[in-house]
Amino acid sequence: MQLEYFHMIDRIVDLNVDEKKIVVEAQVPKESTIFEGHFPGYPLMPGVLLIESMAQASGWLQLGVFKFERMPILAAVKEAKVRGSVFPGDLMSIEASLAHEGSGYAMTEAKIRVGGKLRANSTLTFTLIPFPNADMRRYMDAIAKRVGFPQQADSP
Amino acid sequence: MSSTFDQVATIIAETCDIPRDTITPDSHAIDDLGIDSLDFLDIAFAIDKQFGIKLPLEKWTQEVNDGKATTEQYFVLKNLCARIDELVAAKGTSA
Repeated sequence: MQLEYFHMIDRIVDLNVDEKKIVVEAQVPKESTIFEGHFPGYPLMPGVLLIESMAQASGWLQLGVFKFERMPILAAVKEAKVRGSVFPGDLMSIEASLAHEGSGYAMTEAKIRVGGKLRANSTLTFTLIPFPNADMRRYMDAIAKRVGFPQQADSP
Repeated sequence: MSSTFDQVATIIAETCDIPRDTITPDSHAIDDLGIDSLDFLDIAFAIDKQFGIKLPLEKWTQEVNDGKATTEQYFVLKNLCARIDELVAAKGTSA
């Protein structure tokens, strides 16, 4: 996880396109400039970054299910609950499932667990757009390789 | 069973917090009711779920952008309901 670059996801643990579910891992760094302000003496992951983490997990799920034909862009946070704090050094296990496939949009449900305990959950809406340019597609391909996106889930 | 319009009007009222009695078959979802594209996704989601269909929003948007259709054809509620009825009927035929 590189918070400053919004690289929230470290590894895809399991991507099941048939069941439309994904499990990813994200190792929260022990140190980050973000924790210098949030908060001095009591560093913890900002709730918005927990939502972003769930959104990115949902994004990889959709890239797998829709075979990289569209780029999911977060459009709405229908509900988000931060049920417990996530601290520097925690290993987050994030699971997401596709709740609805619409025409040009999709909805997911995602959860973050640390040590098996639920820390956050959300219901998210995404718009699905064509990749706007080749640079973005190449960038996503590179990130896919880094996080271990299974090749068989990619487009031919 | 309530009509397609009654169900859609209820969805819109509940999703967008619009008084039910201001929603008529001739209401234009965008121009009259002020529903934006993001709110319409919530409505589409609710309609998809309730009627067991998939509103082809991308196709409709493309047709409007290409000048092949007007927004009235899809977003005036009586027309939207007619499209929904067509999709429900097509689903029954293909089942």
